Amino acid sequence: MDFAAGARASLPVVLGYLGIGFAAGVVERAAGMSYAEILLLSTVLYAGSAQFVVTSMLALGAPSPAIVSTVFFLNLRHLLLSAAVAPALRGAAAWKSALLGLQLTDETFVVASGRERIAPAWMAGLNLAAWSTWAVANLAGAALANLATDTRPLAFALPAMFAGLLVLQVKSRLSAIVAVFAAAVGLVIQLVVPGQWAVVGATLAAATLGLLLARWKSVPSS
Amino acid sequence: MEIRPEFLSLVLACALVTAVPRVLPLVLLARFELPAWLLGWLRFVPVAVLGALTGIEVLMPGGNALSLHLPSLAGVGAAFAVAAVSRSLLATVAAGVALYWLLS
Repeated sequence: MDFAAGARASLPVVLGYLGIGFAAGVVERAAGMSYAEILLLSTVLYAGSAQFVVTSMLALGAPSPAIVSTVFFLNLRHLLLSAAVAPALRGAAAWKSALLGLQLTDETFVVASGRERIAPAWMAGLNLAAWSTWAVANLAGAALANLATDTRPLAFALPAMFAGLLVLQVKSRLSAIVAVFAAAVGLVIQLVVPGQWAVVGATLAAATLGLLLARWKSVPSS
Repeated sequence: MEIRPEFLSLVLACALVTAVPRVLPLVLLARFELPAWLLGWLRFVPVAVLGALTGIEVLMPGGNALSLHLPSLAGVGAAFAVAAVSRSLLATVAAGVALYWLLS
């Protein structure tokens, strides 16, 4: 029950992953990876932006330590997402939390994060649907690389999903302020230092602003 | 159809440094009763992440310069409107993608 419901909840992520995974498969194939290597990369690393980074750094002949440390910093943002999901999964067995965490992405996080409590089976359904779609889309991109259709409309499923979840999750004026502030900070950081820091920096700043405003409001003024 | 050994070790190393930040907080924080201020702070993380992701995806579609890209703006506008009316994520995504596709 929970597993199937989780898999159904993944549908917007699945649509977006079809588009972006296809694009990833095209560039991975163009960079000379075999199908087996693309399957390995997309199932074991399973991280969209990191796969693009690995592919382009490999193509540039970058040494392995440089690639690994870039991927590390790029994926450090998951610390925040993982911590934010933890309260909803409290009480789950450690091995279940660990397996669920392995497949945590920006997109599955935003789908899961609206919930007070998350059943491990629900999250497993969400995760496995997204993960298998990602692998299939990568392979499809590799196989159909020379067809090179425009996958951007399909990939737009992800920003559209972010916008929709924003509407569904903004339940107070305070959370609206946090969201708008995060967008502004994120854009400024991305303009100054393009790369991996925009979402992390914006989240740290905006969540702190939210906490401060919430505290300030709840203190009775005398 | 084969995997080069140096590619295998590269992917495993990348997967390891990715797995640690994905798994560690979930396993550790689920063991403890978190202080109220930290829970309050974590509660704002999803809207903050969503705000930042949406803002960057829509206003900086190339990833490094501000630009007004009509399909993105219209698509996200449609997503906002449909989500507010229907409360359905699937309808929202369908409307956003359809408008983006029509305009691009």
